[in-house]
Amino acid sequence: MLYENTVKVLYVDLSARKIRIEKRADLKDFFGGVGVASKLLEENMKPELDPLDEQQTAVFAIGALSSIYPVITKTVAMFISPLTGELGESYAGGRLALTLHMAGYDAIVLTGKANNPCYLSITRQSVEFNDARPLWGMNSDDVGRVIREKEAGSGKRSILRIGPAGENKVAYASVCVDTYRHFGRLGLGAVLGSKNVKAITIIGDRDIPIANFAEYFKVYRAIYDKVTDTEIMMKYHDVGTPINVATLDAMGALPTKNLAQGRFEHVDAITGEAFATKNLMRKLACTGCPVGCIHIGQFRREFGKGYEYEAVSVGYDYEPIFSLGSFLGIKTSDEILKLIEAVEKTGLDAMSCGVALGWATEAYQKRLITTTETMVPLEFGLTENYIRAIWNIAEAANDFYTALGRGSYHTATVYGGQDFAMTFAKNEMSGYHTGYGSVVGSIVGARHSHLCNGGYALDQAHKQLAVHEIVDALLKEEKERCMLNSLIICLFARKAYDRATIIAACKAVGIVLDDADLTQIGEKIFHTKMRIREKLGFKLEKVQLPRRFFETPSLNGVLDETVAKEMIGMYANRVATELNA
Amino acid sequence: MLSIAKILKAKEMSRCIGCFSCMLTCAAVNQHNHSLAKSAIKIRTVGGLSGKFVAVVCAGCKDVRACAQACPSGALVDRDGGGVNLLADKCTGCQKCVAACALGAVTFHSATGKPIICKHCGVCQRFCPHDCLDMEEA
Repeated sequence: MLYENTVKVLYVDLSARKIRIEKRADLKDFFGGVGVASKLLEENMKPELDPLDEQQTAVFAIGALSSIYPVITKTVAMFISPLTGELGESYAGGRLALTLHMAGYDAIVLTGKANNPCYLSITRQSVEFNDARPLWGMNSDDVGRVIREKEAGSGKRSILRIGPAGENKVAYASVCVDTYRHFGRLGLGAVLGSKNVKAITIIGDRDIPIANFAEYFKVYRAIYDKVTDTEIMMKYHDVGTPINVATLDAMGALPTKNLAQGRFEHVDAITGEAFATKNLMRKLACTGCPVGCIHIGQFRREFGKGYEYEAVSVGYDYEPIFSLGSFLGIKTSDEILKLIEAVEKTGLDAMSCGVALGWATEAYQKRLITTTETMVPLEFGLTENYIRAIWNIAEAANDFYTALGRGSYHTATVYGGQDFAMTFAKNEMSGYHTGYGSVVGSIVGARHSHLCNGGYALDQAHKQLAVHEIVDALLKEEKERCMLNSLIICLFARKAYDRATIIAACKAVGIVLDDADLTQIGEKIFHTKMRIREKLGFKLEKVQLPRRFFETPSLNGVLDETVAKEMIGMYANRVATELNA
Repeated sequence: MLSIAKILKAKEMSRCIGCFSCMLTCAAVNQHNHSLAKSAIKIRTVGGLSGKFVAVVCAGCKDVRACAQACPSGALVDRDGGGVNLLADKCTGCQKCVAACALGAVTFHSATGKPIICKHCGVCQRFCPHDCLDMEEA
């Protein structure tokens, strides 16, 4: 795509073990990233079939400026989510965007199902279908290690893999990318598992001459200096995203014990500062990002008598600290790292897993379920039992855990407790009980993530907004993020990449566009995603809102369900009008 | 940015966050290329959460430069302060320098047909966000 008028798409048919490459000029209108991926998903998805049917598709795409400027590091994956049954969209960093760019593919479309477990090795010249039968059942760490040692290309290579949860098609199974990044949300791991794909490696070393060095490097340097020398990105590097733990707790917006409360009595032991002081051992970066927001913590595990210890390293961020920490009443940073380790090895989404266990704990307290179902007592703060429960989910250990592996919304329809199954349209909640922006934003958002439109940030703004202003702001921001995700800029850098910077960065590599073009790109992608959602049968008016969101006070007080529903209705009308126009 | 008397030293690689900014900027500035493979400094990792990064780069030999010694056409000449300069016109692309470097610091540019030789220009150090690299007085 870079310096070319076409988007290069690699189609892989796993059933036939055939590949096809198409250079598509028509996709240029979608710019790249989520735009191209949405279009390819729309073309290849089968709305009438189950999300895990082998005829379904998984699409990966990089953007128009991927990895040539600082912090443009993300790859998007799109699929039908086995968790929600509708639009699946997830982003991962690591080395993947760079290797796809270097291998010369703007997008990959996977369809079909391999006869036997396989791992794909993708290079510029070929796609190898390798036998992964001996890798099936292996945890995500071990698979990474085996492939790292077996395959060439260290440093120029990206390795994606699933754990047991993906193999067993848990609806929120994740895909680990290069050890410390993930396609976390909405179950891409299950989609790969359903296709018998245990891992994918991508290696690239293409020659890509810079067309206009002087102009390109001037813009590169300005962006580099902006992200490293100014305050903009500091918070992501220093304490990192866990800086939010103390902030949200102070606001009364830190979801705690299945959102029974918005503050946590043991918060001091699990703040970003607590992790930094006690556990932090190094920081890492995605390739092409000089910020380095990835925080790796270490804890010591005693595995035998006679002072037998092992040191365990685990990546941590705000979201897993909320979902596997405060949400489950876990009192120490060491214990949270232990739970994150279990989630990493099994290959689960940390957020959905923690929130599902929060529901299970309360359902157990309320005797909707007993140890007949849970196998171990589930109580807030009981780390060891949660570790066993995580493995039980990943391995679909009994009927109950099989159900829990389909998500908390589904499980509550079977066992009861829907009022406290904390989901936004079937996707487990994120860590911000801040107000209408968060609740409504996540429900109306294309993939029901807090990152669709950043509603939680609206709730924290100084200016109190009227409900229609919140709805307007959510819609505007979602379109803006569609545009950013077509590039694909890491959203942490969204303030560094203002529109003038994006226009200059594009111009330096020969892409001429203006402010109105950027708006149009955002709109076009947004409408494509809304159309996909409609084709998959999603209707905003049918979404059920768990009572708990309207009982536990948020940053902006106790929320009113009627108001939330009114806002959702306003949003639905706005979108319907736009789609009909 | 060219600093004749200084030599690049990757002294603090335990601080490396693996952002590869050094490689991206070296390839951009010195080869006008977006490809990491065109960088004279190469960051390698053994992988995993605790695997350290190492930099493979010209050590700036001061005595006998093995790469220059191996060059049959006189294309590599001693650089003041250490290391070598490439005289591209004299290079035949035989790759003997690539094999001669004990550190594996010389790689080959497939498109130009010439070796990629570190100029000790310091651009990688300028764009290292974590103070891993140093330009030492020769």
